[in-house]
Amino acid sequence: MPYLFLTPWLLGAIGLTVAPMVVSLYLSFTDYDLFNEPHWVGFDNYAKLFGDDPRYLDSVVVTLKYVVWSVPSKLLLALAVALLLNSLRGKGQAFFRSAFYAPSLLGASVGLALAWRAIFDTWVDTPDYALITIVLLSAWQFGAPMVIFLAGLQQIPRDLFDAAAVDGAGWWRRLWSITLPMLSPVLFFNLVLETIHAFQAFTQAFVVSGGRGGPADSTLFYTLYLYERGFTEFRMGYASAMAWVLLVAIAVVTAVLFRTSRYWVFYGDER
Amino acid sequence: MKRAGVFVLCLAALALVLYPIVWLISASSTPVEDLVANLRSLFPGRVTAEGYAGALEGAGGEPFWTFLGNSTIVASGAVIGNVVSCSLAAYAFARLRFRLSGPLFAFALVTIMLPAHVTLIPQYVVFQQLGMIDTFVPLILPKLLATDAFFVFLMVQFMRGIPHELDEAAKIDGCGPIRNYRYVVLPLSRPAMVTTAIFTFIWTWNDFFSQLIYLSSTENYTIPMGLRLFIDQTSSSSYGPMFAMSVLSLVPIGLFFLAFQRFLVAGVATTGLKG
Repeated sequence: MPYLFLTPWLLGAIGLTVAPMVVSLYLSFTDYDLFNEPHWVGFDNYAKLFGDDPRYLDSVVVTLKYVVWSVPSKLLLALAVALLLNSLRGKGQAFFRSAFYAPSLLGASVGLALAWRAIFDTWVDTPDYALITIVLLSAWQFGAPMVIFLAGLQQIPRDLFDAAAVDGAGWWRRLWSITLPMLSPVLFFNLVLETIHAFQAFTQAFVVSGGRGGPADSTLFYTLYLYERGFTEFRMGYASAMAWVLLVAIAVVTAVLFRTSRYWVFYGDER
Repeated sequence: MKRAGVFVLCLAALALVLYPIVWLISASSTPVEDLVANLRSLFPGRVTAEGYAGALEGAGGEPFWTFLGNSTIVASGAVIGNVVSCSLAAYAFARLRFRLSGPLFAFALVTIMLPAHVTLIPQYVVFQQLGMIDTFVPLILPKLLATDAFFVFLMVQFMRGIPHELDEAAKIDGCGPIRNYRYVVLPLSRPAMVTTAIFTFIWTWNDFFSQLIYLSSTENYTIPMGLRLFIDQTSSSSYGPMFAMSVLSLVPIGLFFLAFQRFLVAGVATTGLKG
């Protein structure tokens, strides 16, 4: 009987997740163009990615830069605004929380990215600044992690702050010694989530760069290059290899974050 | 005094955050000459409806209504698909006991973090061989099969909180799992279903990547794809219709936001939805 309820999910899990993963791993070792039979080429695609494709390496650098700039700036803004809103109460807090959250819903759209491209029209055409406009567009959507931070802040027991105040701790001291450690699990959660998403950013880069990753490949995001190889040149084997490198990269970065978490993430009841 | 300072600071930050939205609305109703002369100003000059008239004419030979209709079909299909399929799976994971429950649920959680790109190409190949490229099937079918595992997780969390005494009572009254799902658990899970429906709608409405890959003829374009037709046009003459259509594309999201903001914010705060 349980499997009756699970049928749609099982069909999706097998037919749209597990089987395609196996097939894309296979395709990544082939030369496949959608029209002719795939040919086994061994590790050629992977060797080419790292040895013979400067644009691929460019796309890796652009994506890493984007992750390293956009995730911390978004999280810092989210944390700062959450701290600010935490000192408001009631209706005022609820109003600002909703208002600051709105860009998180709108910012993912093509419509807003088009506006962004026009507002920053001089930057968008300059290789040194084009990526920054996309980082700014991402940071502008700080609302969702901010809401999560604010919920975390409201979980911190007030008596901790009262005790610290009695001991004469100032605002910075309380932030550093109470708020941040108590908030570190939430910070970790946001960090992992935003990092995984940042590696896969696509729409904003596509719209702001006019679909080509320009100027001078300065916004050639990983996913944009994958799209170009796979769906405009139909080099499906090559694109599959790119997808698997992306999966491994995200898995490694996530694992590293989890590794470091034991040094800075503080779970109150574990001590 | 201190609270007043915080309030003023928040207002200033809000003005900065809302600037791009207000700018877009203002740009959509400004004559192109005024806009180009004074691009970043919020109130550059006269007001016109030319942009909106142009937006309704659409792009690429298709009127705006075509894009709107297509977006509505895709988003509605996705919402229905997600709500039905995810609630069925969540009911099994949250309320029924079976041997593979643990491993299968763990697998579902892992797929949340999986980048779509590793499944994308084989999915595309299969839909291509079935002759379903340039139809809405590849956009809706995955939702009917609960591939948005995040919502399965969200509903499992919610359904676990429903008291088990209700199941016992239903059983005594002769309800099997199907009627128990339909008449006991489903009605009590309304908040989780609403959250799922709203987020599915907004994400599908904004979605660009899969629509870009699967839709190829203009008559099947959704609104993001219609807007895409403006991307290549670098001349400022199309600014009016482009920004007007951008505003029109955001109106449903704005309305959903105003109507359901409490649901949205609560959904993010309790489950860490990315929003």
